[in-house]
This record gives sequence, C-alpha cells and structure tokens, in this order.
Amino acid sequence: MDHRPQAWGRPRDDIYGAYDGSYLQNSGPKTATQSPVVTGTSVIAIKFKDGVVMAADNLASYGSLARFTDVKRLRPFLDTSIVGFGGDVSDMQFLDRHLNELAIDESYEHESTSAAAASPEGQGEQGAATSAPAGKLNAANLHKYLSKLMYRRRNDFDPLWNQILVAGFDGQTKPFLASVDLRGTTFSSPSLATGFGAMLAQPIMRKYAATEEDAARLTRDEAVNVVKECMKVLFYRDARSLDRYSIAVVTKDGVELSENEQLEKQSWAFAERIRGYGTQTV
Amino acid sequence: MFRNNYDNDSVTFSPQGRIFQVEYAAEAVKQGSVVVGIASKTHVVLVAIKRNAEELSSYQKKLFPIDEHVGIAIAGLTSDARVLSNFMKQQCLGHRLTYGRNMPVRTLVDMIGSKAQINTQHYGKRPYGVGLLVAGVDSAGPHLFEFQPSGMTEEMIAFAIGARSQMARTYLERNIDKFADCDREGLIRHGLRALKESLVQDRELTVDNTSVGVTGIVKAEDGSFKVEPFQVYDQQDVMAWIESVGDDKEGGAGDAGEGEGEGEGEDMEVDS
Repeated sequence: MDHRPQAWGRPRDDIYGAYDGSYLQNSGPKTATQSPVVTGTSVIAIKFKDGVVMAADNLASYGSLARFTDVKRLRPFLDTSIVGFGGDVSDMQFLDRHLNELAIDESYEHESTSAAAASPEGQGEQGAATSAPAGKLNAANLHKYLSKLMYRRRNDFDPLWNQILVAGFDGQTKPFLASVDLRGTTFSSPSLATGFGAMLAQPIMRKYAATEEDAARLTRDEAVNVVKECMKVLFYRDARSLDRYSIAVVTKDGVELSENEQLEKQSWAFAERIRGYGTQTV
Repeated sequence: MFRNNYDNDSVTFSPQGRIFQVEYAAEAVKQGSVVVGIASKTHVVLVAIKRNAEELSSYQKKLFPIDEHVGIAIAGLTSDARVLSNFMKQQCLGHRLTYGRNMPVRTLVDMIGSKAQINTQHYGKRPYGVGLLVAGVDSAGPHLFEFQPSGMTEEMIAFAIGARSQMARTYLERNIDKFADCDREGLIRHGLRALKESLVQDRELTVDNTSVGVTGIVKAEDGSFKVEPFQVYDQQDVMAWIESVGDDKEGGAGDAGEGEGEGEGEDMEVDS
C-alpha cells in the first residue's frame, strides 16, 4: 500500500501496475433500456355497440421462461377507461404508479368543480349544465396524454418499452379504442391487438368488426365471445402465453374487470396435423 | 412622508398583522374601471367600462379571450394583467396539447392564484396590481371566478370589481335570485344594468366605452352540449344591448352628455 499522503489507500503502481479505470466508462454514450427484460405478451381489444372489451393473459415471461404467472396487465382508470400493457413489466409498473397519481389529481379536480357547481344549481330545478360535455379525463384524453409521455421518453432515448391499448369513451361518449407504442406511434381501429396478437388475433377479430359500422352492431356477448376465442387461439400458438387471463368490459356504467379467467373448452386436436417442424419426418 | 415603516416590501408584517404592499395592490384594483361578471346555469357574461386616457386616444381594452372556453375581465394595471393573461393562454394551450381537452376553469384559476401568492411572500417581488374576473365553461357548467392580487380566488355567482364597483355589487345582490335561470340575452342586460349603477352622474354606456364578453353551453341539434366559444363584443355589436337597457326603470337618469375626457371615477369636490 502506498502511504504517501497524496495517494493514501491506493494500490501501488510499482507493484500492481497502473490503475485500470476502463470499467468506469467515463466516456462514450449514455445508455438506457436497450431491450425489455420481463415481458408481457399480447393485449387484445374490440369495440362493440356500447363499449369495449379488452383481454390480456396473466403471464410475465423472463425471456422464454414463464417466470411470473399472476401478473395483472389490465388496469382500470377512474372507472371509466381501461389501459392494457404489453411489453416490459417494470415499465408497466412505472406507468401504473404514474397513472395512479394522475387519477388521484383528476379525482380531486372533479370533486372541487362539482362542489362549486352545486351552488348556482341549488336555486333552479333542472340541471342543464351538469350534463355538459364530459370533462373528466376520458379515454381519448388519457390516450393523448400517454402518447405524449411515450414520445417524450423516446426522444430522451430512454423509451418505456411497452405497447399500450387504451379503451373507454371519447368526448362525444362514443366507444374509444387506440394504441400507443414505445415510439409514441398512435393507432386506432375497431379492434386492436399488440405483439403476437396483431398476427394471430387481429384477423379473427376483423371477421366480426372490420369497420366501425360492424363494431356498432356487435352485442356485448358477441364481443366477449370473440375475445375469449382469440385468447384461446393465442394460447394455442403463442409460446409466451398462459391459459389464465384477465378480461375487462368498459361501458357507460363503468369498468367490469375479471382477473382470474381460465381458458375453457380447449382442443389440441389440431396439433396432430401440424407438419413441417419438430420431430416428424413427413 | 411615509405612511408607516412596514410597507416597504411584501414580506414584512405590520405589528397589527397586516401586509401593506398587498393592501396597496388591492387599492390598485379599485383604481381600474369597473367590470361585472354574472353566471347562469348555461352562460357566463363579462361586461366592462373602458376608459380613454384622453379625448384623442383610443379606449383601453378590458376583456381578453384566453382560450376557446375562457375569458377574463381586468381591473387595475393593464400591463400586469397581460403577464397573467399570457400565462393563462400558455397553460390552456399546453393542457389542450397534452390532454386534448379544455382546461378545467378551476385548475386554471388555482394556477394564477398560486402564481400571485408567491409574489406576496418573496423579498424583492411585488404583488400583481390587477384583479380579474375569470369566466369559463367546463364539464361542470359555466363558472365565474374572482381573482385578487393577494392570490385569493373564489367562485362567484355574480361579482363586480373596479372603481365604484360597490354600486354594481348592490344591484347584483338585489337580483341574485334571477341569474341562475336567465337566458343569454337576459344575463347580458343584467350585467349592463349593474354597470350603469356604478357610473358617475352625466356618464352613460356608449358603443365606445362598453365591452361585453360571453361564453356558455349550448345544446346542439343532436342533443349534445357544445361550448359557445368566448367572444368579446364591442362597438356596433353592443348597440342593441345598450339600447335595450337604456329605457327601463332600473336605468339611471340618461342625460345625453357624452363622456368628458378627464372625468374619471372621481367625484367633484363640492365642499371646499
């Protein structure tokens, strides 16, 4: 050990050689998340006559390992919207906490304005003003906000590694469904799916709701059945999926979220006919 | 020479527990010409008397649109009002950009409230010398807020600030029960009558000195509710309204003398 005061505690260069500071990386670019770590797979959603249905399985994979089998990837927002997350689970948890804060702020907002509006209302009978355009943060507002957030993070070269579906209602109280991804790209359609679902589930959902008009004719039960059927197909063909899933229905009455659904009536008979890879020779 | 030793800055309390700089700022509001605001269930109106500094000059604007759904009326230092107005415009625009909706009126008013309060608690700063009436609509309906230089904000059914505004407030208090169910035109006429109450003798509302601002919620053909954007009416656009309140009993004695150049809110000194 070098005991000269200017180098107390340092290994002596004449014994150990010059100090190798290369691991400190005090040059070169700053690096942020380059790839997701623990991931959720597809989220799927479809609009119907008076709302939207969304579903995602309860699996969080660590690479190809089915690491966590009880991770809920759908969250309600203010009981008026649903947000579904595909992609990195830790980024999802960050966004979840962030949305909690937003929801609390928004609830305070709504509380104070409604209390204030009560005073002029007290004098008359009909409350025309209270049925004015919805100003509470609706799904369209929430999607716009998330798209700005994701795009901002992309421009910081520190993206939140998710693809997100937002379902609920827009300002005109029509069903709303849109997606935003880690680049801030936004997209809207009568049915949407992230990840593998975009290949496997979307064609099935489009058979039922290719256009907004088709979606406006779908009943709630039909929409729920389509989504359940899609979840089954995804479990058959997506190796990073699970047979336990969450399903949420958002209507004007609020959000109904069920987080412990089990895939029913599976039939793996089709597997017999699959040829071309695996151990078969024909 | 000085009124007291405790009014040199806004961070020192007087022994009586007062902050004189803030009180002086409130006086600046009383120097401004009067503005009146009234809210009903469907609309909120702002009406104002404009002043011209001299006969040859134009009239100073009193009403400013902030966003589609919000407008303000000012009484006090116009230049301070511009700072607040700019801030409010930027906040509304920013909110529209990030959320795609109109900013809730109370959120906006709370923001200028906080901004103004900071000025009353930091050494080297001074309070804004302006009071505002903020009119806007959001999901909870039309709103009218009062803003004071102290940072105080309060929701009002109807209010008036500025020179001789007590007369206008008295009118509003007498008629408070009528406002909630008033239609748009009725509300404007109430505003103008309140304004007339506060005028000095020999002055009257003219197309030159009167401004009217309106926003509200209107029912569209399809039954949904739409925002009537805040709009300021001046000159010929306010003629019909002025005439409609010119001959009713609440109106003061209407002598046909047009406003003299320097006749500000001051009364003539008769007892000297």
